[in-house]
Amino acid sequence: MTPEFLHRLILAVADTVIAHEAELTALDQAIGDGDHGLNMKRGFEAVRVEAEAMAAKPLPDALRAIGMLLVMKVGGASGPLYGTLLMTLGKEIAPDGSNAPLAMGTAVAVVMARGKSQLGQKTMLDVLVPVQQALAAGGADLASRLPTIAADAAIATVPLQATKGRASFLGERSIGHMDPGARSAALMVSAACRVWEG
Amino acid sequence: MANVGIVIVSHSPKIAVGAADMVRQMVGDSVPLACTGGDAGGGLGTSVESILQAIDAAWSDAGVAILVDLGGAETNSEMAVEMLDPDRRGRVVVCNAPIVEGAVIAATEASGGSPLETVQRVAEELSPQ
Repeated sequence: MTPEFLHRLILAVADTVIAHEAELTALDQAIGDGDHGLNMKRGFEAVRVEAEAMAAKPLPDALRAIGMLLVMKVGGASGPLYGTLLMTLGKEIAPDGSNAPLAMGTAVAVVMARGKSQLGQKTMLDVLVPVQQALAAGGADLASRLPTIAADAAIATVPLQATKGRASFLGERSIGHMDPGARSAALMVSAACRVWEG
Repeated sequence: MANVGIVIVSHSPKIAVGAADMVRQMVGDSVPLACTGGDAGGGLGTSVESILQAIDAAWSDAGVAILVDLGGAETNSEMAVEMLDPDRRGRVVVCNAPIVEGAVIAATEASGGSPLETVQRVAEELSPQ
């Protein structure tokens, strides 16, 4: 993985999140506290500023640095959750990225522990888990299949009732809305895969 | 031995300061106390960076008990605890207790010189079992 490729990857993910600020905020206003778009934008604007310097680092160090920045800048619960995902990924991944599925498996498990959450509670995990499973299963055209898997998984949170996070206060009224964290996770997966595909 | 320190972490700076005022009224300066509220942009939310500073400000060798309001405050506080130096990490707890009542009763307990485990337990006794 060249610094140039890593730079494009970081910018693509950051720009996608920033561009969807309004949509993430609208989703969060429906079932949360309405700050997910703004929080994520603040975090990824900070990432954008340091993108070039981060891309120059070895992959594990770059992921850890981005994760730490998200922890410090995003706020909300999504900062420590996405931050934990990337920091764990950075800790586990080989410099050439060859063990990505395994590293992602550990990272998602640590996010589950951090959020004291599991699959089916209408959270980002409802996207991260199926993406990790598809990554682990491997196969052809992974980069073109993952965005669909992620998008479908985010849509599948619509009929769920939230039992974790702020949306759980709404009980049955959380049904019928897409989870903002699931949506932001799907956006990031898609953006990364577009760069991966080239 | 110093008394256990208390840190209050709310999404709202006003709630954080107000709860801290109530604690001060109860225990005066006998307990190290710090509070934080609001995100890095000045809106409602919590910030790991500010929580780390608050832990530092309320530091006591007897430990620090953190009182939080909603989910993000808890997640960010747990993250902050994990980022502490190893020698401090084991002496900071996030209490599963209501923020205002928890802070007041935890501080009252701390002012009597109780150890961290007792301070945490009396605060957590306020939560529905």
